[in-house]
Amino acid sequence: MSEQLAERTSHVVRFAGDSGDGIQLQGQQFTNASALAGHDLSTLPDFPAEIRAPAGTRYGVSAFQIQFGGERITTPGDAPDVLLAFNPAALIVNLPHLLPGALIIVDESAFSAQRLKRANLTANPLEDGSLDAHQVCRIDISHLTLEAVKPFGLGAKDSARCKNFWALGLVLWMFDQPRDGTSHWIQAKFAGNEAVRNANLAALNAGHAYGETVEMQPVLAQQPIPEAPLAAEEYRTITGAEALALGLVAAGELADVELLFCSYPITPASSLLHHLTGLDEAGVATFQAEDEIAAICSAIGASYAGKLGVTSSSGPGMALKTEALGLAVAAELPLLVIDSQRAGPSTGMPTKTEQSDLYQAVYGRNADTPLPVLAPHSPGDCFETAIEAVRIALRHMTPVILLTDGYLANASELWPIPDLDGLAPITHRKPAATATTGIWEREPSSFARLWATPGDERYVHRVGGLERDFQTGHISYDPANHQAMTNLRQAKVEKVADHLPEQEVDQGVAGGLAVVAWGSTYGAVRQAVKECLAEGLTVAQIHLRHLNPLPPNLGELLAAYDKVLVPELNNGQLATLLRDRLLLGPAQLNKVSGQPLHVGEIKSAIAEHAPPRLQEAVHG
Amino acid sequence: MAELSFKDYASDQEVRWCPGCGDYSILKAVQRTLANIGAKPENTVFVSGIGCAARLPYYIEAYGFHTIHGRAPAIATGVKLANPALDVWVVTGDGDALSIGGNHLMHSLRRNVNLNILLFNNEIYGLTKGQYSPTSRIGTTSPSSPGGSVDSPLHPCALAVGAGATFIARGIDIDQKGLPVILAEAQRHQGAAFVEILQNCIVYNKDVFDSVANKKTAADHQIRVEHGHPLIYGKDRHRGLRLNPAKLRLEGFMIGEDGADSDVLVHDETNPTLALMLATMAPPLPTALGVIHRRQAECFDRAFWNSKSHSRRRKVESLLHQGNVLDRR
Repeated sequence: MSEQLAERTSHVVRFAGDSGDGIQLQGQQFTNASALAGHDLSTLPDFPAEIRAPAGTRYGVSAFQIQFGGERITTPGDAPDVLLAFNPAALIVNLPHLLPGALIIVDESAFSAQRLKRANLTANPLEDGSLDAHQVCRIDISHLTLEAVKPFGLGAKDSARCKNFWALGLVLWMFDQPRDGTSHWIQAKFAGNEAVRNANLAALNAGHAYGETVEMQPVLAQQPIPEAPLAAEEYRTITGAEALALGLVAAGELADVELLFCSYPITPASSLLHHLTGLDEAGVATFQAEDEIAAICSAIGASYAGKLGVTSSSGPGMALKTEALGLAVAAELPLLVIDSQRAGPSTGMPTKTEQSDLYQAVYGRNADTPLPVLAPHSPGDCFETAIEAVRIALRHMTPVILLTDGYLANASELWPIPDLDGLAPITHRKPAATATTGIWEREPSSFARLWATPGDERYVHRVGGLERDFQTGHISYDPANHQAMTNLRQAKVEKVADHLPEQEVDQGVAGGLAVVAWGSTYGAVRQAVKECLAEGLTVAQIHLRHLNPLPPNLGELLAAYDKVLVPELNNGQLATLLRDRLLLGPAQLNKVSGQPLHVGEIKSAIAEHAPPRLQEAVHG
Repeated sequence: MAELSFKDYASDQEVRWCPGCGDYSILKAVQRTLANIGAKPENTVFVSGIGCAARLPYYIEAYGFHTIHGRAPAIATGVKLANPALDVWVVTGDGDALSIGGNHLMHSLRRNVNLNILLFNNEIYGLTKGQYSPTSRIGTTSPSSPGGSVDSPLHPCALAVGAGATFIARGIDIDQKGLPVILAEAQRHQGAAFVEILQNCIVYNKDVFDSVANKKTAADHQIRVEHGHPLIYGKDRHRGLRLNPAKLRLEGFMIGEDGADSDVLVHDETNPTLALMLATMAPPLPTALGVIHRRQAECFDRAFWNSKSHSRRRKVESLLHQGNVLDRR
């Protein structure tokens, strides 16, 4: 291992291969091992939309990137310092992104003439000097795997499939991380097939033993990483989709309301449905609807009947749900809609991330149809944001949109497990047994109506999408009444702001540049601002969870800065919102490549706009 | 307790259909049905989409949800899954159920959600002023088909057979005697009950069902089907239906003239093939009325919330702690 590599207390490792090579599994197992070793971490799964893309092609490359180490980690890292490439395509597409001096481990036997051709290569990069800036470690992983699993009598194809565990064993050895978690996983997963189970275990151990015994120093050396300075809490690794599911489950319990989650499969939102099935004991039922419209409509039906309806989708599916969202606003029913944003328009790039549904969430409905919108900032934060979204929906009797994205859904981080008893109960508007309130009487602090549901003989009533009378709830086409109802719907969403915590400055100094961002860019912005502060720039980070309504003190807060920079993964949607609501003219950093923002990209933008620091008043 | 009347199920809202609309009599038949079965208003929910028919929930003293175009079966599915104890009715029309909402109708039927689905078929778009609908007969002249419509109409009951519906019936709007009986059977059915109601749109498609509904001609143009009973019709009960096995078709014949008593087919409501034949009968064969198809199958909503836990909080706690745990406490 190069000296440069050896000095680091954190590393960025990228696993890459064909989409059928088991790269994502390899990455997840490495992630868990890192967590058990006490490292902080952040991951970026990066895979094609095709399930088993043609082998050896550049577009079929599946990758998993992780940054882990002995310090606080908030991004999956800009540039890998270790690349494991199972074939020429996996090497060549990732090569431009590597840190100079990076360690490249390749499966040597995969660099045959035929497979070079599959990757559109005319020369072998192992031999033409194109890797000279890096350390290269050529290992015949395929052959060594076959040797290791030979005793178990698997066919050629099944034997070859064990190579992800062989390579994982080697990388675990490199960073002195435990194999136990992966061994347990293999034992449980292949419990029904002894030969496959034993072969994979043997491959894992053989890769590990290879590291221990082979003499390839200094290129391949063991590099233990110190434990991260973590607070005294209990941690687990968690993806955004898992945290959202847990947040919904916890919110239902905190509200003492059961949830009906209604969804139609769509990438990258489907994993939420998978995580929520089979949780009836936790008060959640799931329903796979026939289409996106039926998914939101059945969720609305559930809310009408007294459960909390939740639906989820991604951009194209959100578009289909739009009309029904209007019904939920008109009927004033609680509803949670989770949008895992992806690159668009139309089908776009289903597995690639983007933040481009903000307009759709805030502005995208017929008529004046406002509703609250919020966004989590990290995989773990999906838990809290889901609870917050449910709290708003039930307090105000309104649909709420939660904007996550493809990156957050799949990325994982180390997450301090919250104490359920420490979370505030969620109130709702179901009438008490002794209630004498009318259905359309407004609770003054939320403007919410009563959540009167079928089965209650006191409140038999009709409601729907036709405009209704402010007082009686009967159909009304009265001009003044429609004005009053439109005003009420607006005031209700504005009322949400009364309950929001003051927007805080995440870090930095006043007077210069405020970097205002939302959603999944948090980690990269945090790191960029931290580094720019250390470099003496006058910059601060302000990250928004609430996008509609905006935190009421945001305008005042931003007045303390000379300039505002909005980095986001779209063509300027939060920038538009800030211009619209606060009459600001922010500078923009926009990226729509399907990839998360890099720390380096944000730092360059900050350097362009932030003045050097004169005084030393650092917040947070 | 005094006997309930249809008036007990009238809401305080003024009914706003065109004078003479078939919807008035359907409303009355529904209210009569609710009275006959002693429905509890608080446990009864009417869900509708968009169209003339969809206004019906406003006029019934029960819970009502007037929703968006075509989506009533999806919303009703959510209502039923959320609270399977409710008696959930869907009120829809030929445009609402078969055009914009065809997908939801199909899936609610094949899932066998325990809903009572009433499709008011007037073969026209009424509320948008008279365009032809997916059930309009070929040649229907309308503002959107001035030269006569050219596309083939759907048979709602045949679609229901194809979707695997477990209860399929047909009634006529003005039949205050027969329709409440059919509706009560639909309500009693465990599963998705589909009822096509032939409904007269007096403004845009007047008397399109006249031959079937009119007392003078009805006897020869309709047949009341009943499980286990021979398929006989006609003013003097002298016509019968028999199966031509060579052509695998139903035929009408004069009993005693073209064939014997024993040739008359006996209705078997459990047979979906027969249901398809009866559902698609067209002149000169009579229109089938009554319960065309009925069979028992498990309801989709039966298993929801069955395993309700008394230790929900503990379950939530355990989910939070599941997975790889690093304890730094």
